[in-house]
Amino acid sequence: MTWIGDNLGLIWEQLREHIYLAIIPVILGLIISVPLGYVATRYSWLANPLIAFGGLLYSLPSIALFIVIPAVLGTKVLSTINIIVALTIYTVSLLIRNVIDGLRSVPPDVRQSAIAVGYGSMHRLIAVDLPIAVPVIFAGLRVVTVANISMVSVGAVIGIGGLGELFTLGFQKDFLTPVVVGVVLSLALALVADLILVSLQRVLTPWARVSTPVAEVA
Amino acid sequence: MWQYLTDSYNWSGNEGIWARILQHLWYTFAALGLSVVIALPIGLRIGHTRRGAFLAINLGNAARALPSLGLLMIAVLLTNQIGFLPVLIALVALGIPPILASTYAGLSGVDPATIDAARGMGMTGREILTKVEIPIGLPLIISGIRSATLQIVSTATIAALVSLGGLGRYVVDGLKLRDFPQMFTGALLVALLAIVLDAVFALIGRITVSQGLKIG
Repeated sequence: MTWIGDNLGLIWEQLREHIYLAIIPVILGLIISVPLGYVATRYSWLANPLIAFGGLLYSLPSIALFIVIPAVLGTKVLSTINIIVALTIYTVSLLIRNVIDGLRSVPPDVRQSAIAVGYGSMHRLIAVDLPIAVPVIFAGLRVVTVANISMVSVGAVIGIGGLGELFTLGFQKDFLTPVVVGVVLSLALALVADLILVSLQRVLTPWARVSTPVAEVA
Repeated sequence: MWQYLTDSYNWSGNEGIWARILQHLWYTFAALGLSVVIALPIGLRIGHTRRGAFLAINLGNAARALPSLGLLMIAVLLTNQIGFLPVLIALVALGIPPILASTYAGLSGVDPATIDAARGMGMTGREILTKVEIPIGLPLIISGIRSATLQIVSTATIAALVSLGGLGRYVVDGLKLRDFPQMFTGALLVALLAIVLDAVFALIGRITVSQGLKIG
């Protein structure tokens, strides 16, 4: 317990790095997958190859990506950019399926009504299609956010890993406390992030308050 | 990196690439086997009786948040040894939740009318499980084992942190020596292994799916 008191500064620092490394990729990934998914629903032959390619990318081990990315991008091996790029790739590869499924879940008569009352295609996407797709997109967003938070720690193997660095520290010093602190904070972070996403979804879909969203089982 | 990969010296011997791949596969399948042995019966029981579903669903979700590296370190410090045992514990802890969750999901997705029909034909509970529920739920059960395999094979890389072998050795040793070609080699081989295993399970999934399900 005294260790925690003596190292609050370090713990806070790693927690902040962890949040940064996990959340930025989710935001970037969302920004990339929504237009990509939209294109894939307009040109539907693109959808299946995109989803399959996403599945392949998602099967790559995170540690492999953390190391291979600097070789491809020319960044330093110990740069945080590698972690952010790797996790963004995971986010897109998982989210693309949900965006496509979500946009496809818009009932055709709703779409036609929107066209009939004069929505242009951009306006329709933002005001009609995306709001209807929110539950499906958020199901993916929740999975990927939680996965990212746990994956950041793997970066500690190559020296950048937020709370994961508490794991390597505890291991080197043969000392359980930092490891437990890291695991507990990591779990708490995942829980808080998930709660935030659930509330955000409620705010974004006021018409769906009656029923509760069902989380997707992997 | 190609220099490292094409140098035949690096492929043979006790610490060669083949030996590392075999070690990696050994950790993976030992952990996978144990996870299946533990999670499959529990998942089948929950799916068949539909009791304890809450546990199956939430365990699957919560496990996604568990940092595997932290789990390994806790296993090391609690068992007070480095080596195979803590790695096995950490990998099995990763493997159980997806298998449990998807086995349950596979069985609970079976149409109740189908089960009623089976019971109406006079099947016993055990027969319903083995002849109806498992065949229908099999695609999902296999996809659960498949995602457990992916998790385990990529996480087995960290076994090298606690002085085991496997492909993680290249990553860990390469990092220490600042030998980046060696690190890339390890990373690339792990990725290839993951892709190959994933393809194998996709194939198994396709072969074992009951003919009756394919038509519908």
